[in-house]
Amino acid sequence: MPHLPIERWAKDAGSPADNPVVLTVEGAHGPVIHAVTKAAADRGAYPGARLTDARALDPALIALPADPEGDTILMERLTRWAGRWSPLVEIDGFDALRLDISGVGHLFGGEQHLAKDIQRRFAALGLTVRIAIAPTAAAAWAMAHHDPGICDDDIEARLASLHVAALRLDPGTVRTLERLGLKTIGSLIEVPRLALSRRFRGAEDVVEALDRALGRKAEPLTAAPAESPPHAALRLEEPATHPEAASQALERLIPALVRELEQRHLGARRLSLIGYRVDGSVAVGSVATAIPSREPKHLQRLLADKAAALNPEFGFDAFVLQANWAEDLGAAQESLVEEPSGERELARLVDRLTVKLGARSVRRPRPSESHLPERASEWVSALKNSPSPQPSPACGRGGNKPQRLLDRPEAIDVIYATPEGMPRRFMWRRAVHDIARVEGPERIAPEWWRQPSSARLRDYYRVEDAEGRRYWIYREGLIGDGRGGLPGWFIHGLFG
Amino acid sequence: MARSLSLVAGDGSRSAKISQLPNGLGERWHLPAAPSPTLSELFATHPRDGGWAGFLLAQVDSAKPLLWVQDRMAILETGRLHPPGLPTRNLIHVEARDARDALWAMEEGVRCSALSAVIGELWGDPRALDFTATRRLAVASERSGTPCWLVRLGGTANLSGARMRWRIASAPSLANPLDGRAPGFPAWDAELFRARGSPPGHWKVAYEADRFDLVAAPADRTMGEGRRLAG
Repeated sequence: MPHLPIERWAKDAGSPADNPVVLTVEGAHGPVIHAVTKAAADRGAYPGARLTDARALDPALIALPADPEGDTILMERLTRWAGRWSPLVEIDGFDALRLDISGVGHLFGGEQHLAKDIQRRFAALGLTVRIAIAPTAAAAWAMAHHDPGICDDDIEARLASLHVAALRLDPGTVRTLERLGLKTIGSLIEVPRLALSRRFRGAEDVVEALDRALGRKAEPLTAAPAESPPHAALRLEEPATHPEAASQALERLIPALVRELEQRHLGARRLSLIGYRVDGSVAVGSVATAIPSREPKHLQRLLADKAAALNPEFGFDAFVLQANWAEDLGAAQESLVEEPSGERELARLVDRLTVKLGARSVRRPRPSESHLPERASEWVSALKNSPSPQPSPACGRGGNKPQRLLDRPEAIDVIYATPEGMPRRFMWRRAVHDIARVEGPERIAPEWWRQPSSARLRDYYRVEDAEGRRYWIYREGLIGDGRGGLPGWFIHGLFG
Repeated sequence: MARSLSLVAGDGSRSAKISQLPNGLGERWHLPAAPSPTLSELFATHPRDGGWAGFLLAQVDSAKPLLWVQDRMAILETGRLHPPGLPTRNLIHVEARDARDALWAMEEGVRCSALSAVIGELWGDPRALDFTATRRLAVASERSGTPCWLVRLGGTANLSGARMRWRIASAPSLANPLDGRAPGFPAWDAELFRARGSPPGHWKVAYEADRFDLVAAPADRTMGEGRRLAG
C-alpha cells in the first residue's frame, strides 16, 4: 500500500484529490515530507524531501502533520480484515501486508482472481494496493515495491531487471553497489558468491538478502500458529445488511464446524463468530463453555444471542466461525451414553447462564484458608471451577456458621451490661432487637501477615432476639488495645 | 422429604391435624409435602428474618448440586450466601441483576434434572413476577423433576402458580442442653396457607442438625399442647 497515509487522510478529511497537500513528520532538520497527494507530487514534492525545499518549488503547498500511530492502527485492522483471504497475515514493514497464500488460491479461482479480488476490495475502501505474488516473501516484497505482478517459478528471471534496492538493503549498501556498477539484481546474481560475501559482511549482507529473495534460504512468517484452530467460513455473494444475517450464517456454519471438530476429535471450549464487513472492519462475538462440546444444538443456543447482537452496519460479506480453544473429545463419548449425564447437563446449564448473565454473576464457592468469615470462601466463575464433592465441615457440627453474610458488615448500636460482657439489645436498620439468648464470644484475630497493623480483633456472638431471629454480630477491638477508640459493634450474618 | 424436620406442636385448623397426623404421638409426624417435585413458594414473614433458609435447607437433598439465585436487592438487604454455613458446597450461585434475570436463570435451572433443587430469592413484588412466570416455573419443575423454591422477601402473597405456599417465621429455639443462655436448635413457625392436595395448617417445627432423623420433641409445655390438640 504505497499511499496509505495520504489516502487515509483524504478519506477522513473528505478533501478533493487536486489539493496539493503534504503530510509531514518532524525530522532532524525541520519537517520532512511523509506523504503527498497526486497534485502535490506534480508540483515537485516527494516523500523524504524537506518541507522547506518543496515549499521553495511551490509556495502554495499545504502542509499538515502526519499521524503514524493512526496509520499503524489502520494497518493492524487491515491485517485482521485480510484474514478473509488467508489465515496467515503479517504486517511487513510499515506499508505492506504479507499473506501466506499457499494452497489458498484455488478457493478464489486461481491466484489471478485472488489478486483481483484483493485489489477490488481495497479499492472499495479507497486504498491503492500494489500486489505481487511470488514464491518467496522477499521476492514478493521486491516486486510489490518495484514491479507488481505475479511471478511463478522462475524468480531469477523475474527479478533480474529490478534495481538492487528491491532487496531491502540499507541505503549505504545500495549506494556502494551502484558505484560498483551492480545496478540490477541480475548483475548481482552473476557476480561470484564468494567475492560478494567477502566484500559485504555483517549488517550489509548482500548474499543473504539475495538468497532470501531467490528462495535459497527460508524466511518464515513470524506469526505462524502451530496448528490453525478448527473453523468454518461462509462468503456471501452480496453484502448482507439485514440484522438476521449473522443468525442465518450461524445456522449454516455450525454444522460445518461440528463436522471438522468431529474429524479432529475435538470439542470447543471457546468459540468466536467473526463477521467481516464490507468497509474493512470486523465484528466478533465470543462464548465459552465449561466442558468441551460439539453438540450443534448446544452451540447454536449459546451463540444465538451473540449472533443477533452483531451489528451489520454497512453489511457483512463473509463470516467465520472459529473454535479458538478446543480440547480433546473422544468420538464415541456422546453416543455410548443414552441419556445425557448429569455432569454434561450441568455444564450446559452453566454455559447458558454464563453467556446470558456474565461470568461474574454465575459462580461456585471455593474454600480458602482463612478464619475471617468474609475470606473463608472465595467465589470463582462456574466455568473454571469443578465442584468439590466433599461436604463442608460445618454441616456435621450443628452449623455454627450463618447461612448468609452481609457483603459489608453494618454498624449497629448495642446496649450491653458491661463493655466486655454480653450484649443485651441492639438496633439494626432502625429496628430494635432484644437479645433473648446469646452465645459467645468466638474470637477471630486479624491476619497480621496481610492486614495493616491497625486491624482489630473481632469477638463474634450468636444472638437470638425475642422473636427467635438469629444473627451473627461482633465487637471489633477491645478497650485499651491501642488500636483506636471505643470498640464498635457490627452485624455480619443471619442464621437460618 | 421432611425426614429431618420434627414437628414440635401444631395448632390452627383441627381437621388438618387429624388428616395429617393420624397416628398420634410416637409415630413419625409428617409435614405435608408435595407428592412430586414442584414449585413451592416461601414467604419470609419479616425480610430481616433469615430463618426460612434453615427450614428450606433441611428439605433439600445435598447429593446433587444446588442452584441458588439471588437478585441484587436480596443480596443488599439480607446478605449473600455464605457457603461455610451451608450443608453443601456443591452449588452454583447466580447473582441476578433484577427479578427478570433471576426468573430466567431459575427457569433454565429447573429444566436441568442434574440439580437437586433450584432456590430463587426475590425481593419485594417485582413486576416480572406474575402468574405466568410462576406457572411456567411450576410446569417446568414438574416436567423435569427438579424441585423449585421461590423465596419471597418482603413481598405480598399475590396471585401465583405455586403448588404449595408457606409462610415461615423464626420461633424461639429449643433449649440448649449444654448452655441455658445460648440458642439451641432452630425452630420455626410454619404456616401452609395454600396447597394443592393437602389442607392448609400451622405448625411449629424444629430441626436437629446433628442427627438426620426425627428427634423426639422435647418434653416441654408446647409438647403437651400438641398432644392435647392432636388427640
